[in-house]
Amino acid sequence: MFRRLPETSAATVTVSIDGADVQVRAGDTVAAALLAAGVHPYRASTVSGAPRAPYCMMGVCFECLVTVDGVGNRQGCLIPVREGMRIETQHGKREAHR
Amino acid sequence: MNGAPVFENTYDVAVVGAGPAGLAAGATAAKAGLTTIVLDENPAPGGQIYRAITTTPVRREEILGEDYWDGQKLIQEFQSSGAQLVSGATVWSISRALEINVSQGGKTHLINARWIILATGAQERPFPIPGWTLPGVMTAGGAQTLLKASGLVPSGRVILAGTGPLLWLLAAQILRAGGDITAILDTTPLENYVRALRQLPGFLLSPYFAKGLRLLTEVRRKTRVIKGVTKLEAQGKDKLAEVLFATGSQPATRMAADLLLLHQGVVPNVNLAMSIGIDHRWDELQLCWVPVLDQYGNSSVPGIAIAGDGAGISGALAAAERGRLAAYAAVKALKPEALSHLPAEQILLQALAKAQAGRAFLDTLYQPPKHFRIPEKNETLVCRCEEVTAGQIREMVALGCEGPNQLKSFLRCGMGPCQGRLCGLTATEMIAAERNVSPQQVGYYRLRPPIKPIQLAEIAAMPQSETAVKAVVRG
Repeated sequence: MFRRLPETSAATVTVSIDGADVQVRAGDTVAAALLAAGVHPYRASTVSGAPRAPYCMMGVCFECLVTVDGVGNRQGCLIPVREGMRIETQHGKREAHR
Repeated sequence: MNGAPVFENTYDVAVVGAGPAGLAAGATAAKAGLTTIVLDENPAPGGQIYRAITTTPVRREEILGEDYWDGQKLIQEFQSSGAQLVSGATVWSISRALEINVSQGGKTHLINARWIILATGAQERPFPIPGWTLPGVMTAGGAQTLLKASGLVPSGRVILAGTGPLLWLLAAQILRAGGDITAILDTTPLENYVRALRQLPGFLLSPYFAKGLRLLTEVRRKTRVIKGVTKLEAQGKDKLAEVLFATGSQPATRMAADLLLLHQGVVPNVNLAMSIGIDHRWDELQLCWVPVLDQYGNSSVPGIAIAGDGAGISGALAAAERGRLAAYAAVKALKPEALSHLPAEQILLQALAKAQAGRAFLDTLYQPPKHFRIPEKNETLVCRCEEVTAGQIREMVALGCEGPNQLKSFLRCGMGPCQGRLCGLTATEMIAAERNVSPQQVGYYRLRPPIKPIQLAEIAAMPQSETAVKAVVRG
């Protein structure tokens, strides 16, 4: 869906996405990093479990919700990636204990 | 912006949003000697139009165009003004007593301001077509954000669909960056061209006239444009596979697609302003809610002004001028002796009028048609979060549901995490159409803080006043 402009810097950080270490571009937001890494399905909706992906990338649609370092329902499009960040995708309704 | 920012308890002026309006307002207030803080939820300043202006990996200036790089002047003006900027800061409530709750780095701070300028800008208008929730469908603005902030360019079978200046700007930027566009499906109603003709003389004076023409010519030369699209659907099982479209009464055509970028204009982002209780009215030309403001941008709540596209859509140049004007009013109220440091009121008002020239032409030409604002098919999702369909809403209205707030009780429509941002306008217009009354009569969701989800632990950890504790603790 997307390819990176060749002039983009190659600096990366390592994050874990659903337990797997992935190198992502330093400076990307979590949502951009997951889209660039081709993570699919990005999320499953809370009501019907339908597949969803980031829609607006500017903090209004809440389709990019992810769990970041154990905290659920974070807006992935507003959070820059950090070395060692633990990202978990959310599928269906979130459970109370998380 | 690394390290934890230091918040003072009180500022003369607090600005929410670091786009053109917020940056200009913050710089103007600070230059007049007022202590000024600008709070912005994004990782870096610039708002949407100048997103990532200080951090973008896009090096070739022609890709994003000169109007984007103009943002650097605003940044420089801001940086030399002495105003404080805090990025990654989400304002989740503002009271009528001008108390601001802002979450930053997982902690909420309570800030008091003597004056508040809301510069929360615009968002893209909902585009509720069948399949708009499928992965592979996103907004044009979303793709533009990926380009500006991350250097990611749409590639593969890419279709742009909709109407409005941003669609054409994005198309030009994608093509200049070497990305792919299979087709542009232009949903601008053909009758809009006739209606807009009356506004053309005013638009000829606008700075956007020559630029707009150049942009359209550039894009049409390089890619396929299908005009007069009246039907549009995204189809696929787990992600977008095809776009189905039709023009006029022609049979529908299918086009294989990896990415569909939708856009039908922008509307004020009203959530913060409405949650404070600021009066809004329905705008019949821009088809959205706009706050009721005086010529400086002062709202119905004393001490709170609104600047930029959140005050009604006028574009980036007007946004900056409105920011300066709102800050001028703040200085006039708080420190009138400093007005001599600022341009005269008349000059500010003239600059704003110039920046707004010709807006009516764009508003008329790019007014999205009713069938793309109110879904015709009952299966189409209106509320993406709670998965409420157009048919369910029609059914409730038939049962006597009079407005969006009742929809919440019956269907949970508008009660998901986006808090109505992606369904509110559709719900209002849909109920109005079904009941045959005006959107003004139907009204909007009653919005309440927190306007962004925050953790309960964050609220619990906030310092409490004695009165607040007594109100809830027994014995």
